Amino acid sequence: MDTKTKKRRKAFVDTNDCVACGCCVKVCPKHAMEIWKGVMAKVDMERCVGCGKCAKECPASVIEVKEVLL
Amino acid sequence: MKKHWYDYLWIASLTYLILGFFNILFAWLGLLCFFIPLLISLIKGTKGYCNRYCGRGQLFALLGGRFGLSRKKDIPRWMKSKWFRYGFLTFFFVMFFQMLWNTYLVFSGVQDLRQVVTLLWTFKLPWHWAYHGTWIHLGVAQFAFGFYSVMLTSTVLGLVTMVFFKPRSWCVYCPMGTMTQLICKAKKKDV
Repeated sequence: MDTKTKKRRKAFVDTNDCVACGCCVKVCPKHAMEIWKGVMAKVDMERCVGCGKCAKECPASVIEVKEVLL
Repeated sequence: MKKHWYDYLWIASLTYLILGFFNILFAWLGLLCFFIPLLISLIKGTKGYCNRYCGRGQLFALLGGRFGLSRKKDIPRWMKSKWFRYGFLTFFFVMFFQMLWNTYLVFSGVQDLRQVVTLLWTFKLPWHWAYHGTWIHLGVAQFAFGFYSVMLTSTVLGLVTMVFFKPRSWCVYCPMGTMTQLICKAKKKDV
């Protein structure tokens, strides 16, 4: 078994309903969010620490923090 | 987080709304909120206006966030659906063109100037105190009354959804936001 595999919390965007307002970008303390070409929010998984600030702020509530194996 | 000059644009938005109570002709300045986002999306292909410069969004974030005037609940699913967003954009367009038509009628002398602000497309509020006569054409004043009606109506709607849902809920169905996102989507396909 790979001992390096760990559970990490990461933000995931439902890109279908994202309105690309940029509220998540403003609150992210790790600068892990960006608005990709004015269409949707994108998460930089390397930087995201899964704090959930973006999910709390998102007016459309399209961001969810999930645990993933990395 | 480091503050930028554009983080204070909510002051401009608030000032705009206040100025409309004193002289309706200031309403013309609101066109900036229409042209700047459109130009940014058309030229740069981004929603830079929503993301950085929208003073109205900042105002809602401030009132709903720091001032605690928001329940911070999730917006109903139907309000973020494409049907509602595109439907609201279409409705907004129709009402906007109706306003332009009224302006045209006053310009052409068919209709008298109506010194009212129409709230929520229905309620005609007397607003004569903000009109002091003008050396320019009456049609110019009519557009100001009409445009201020659009701006005040959208602010009121935004405030209501700010209270019930998350502070910047207006951003979900803001017609300018929907339109600039559509432009960005179309531009993305061009590349």
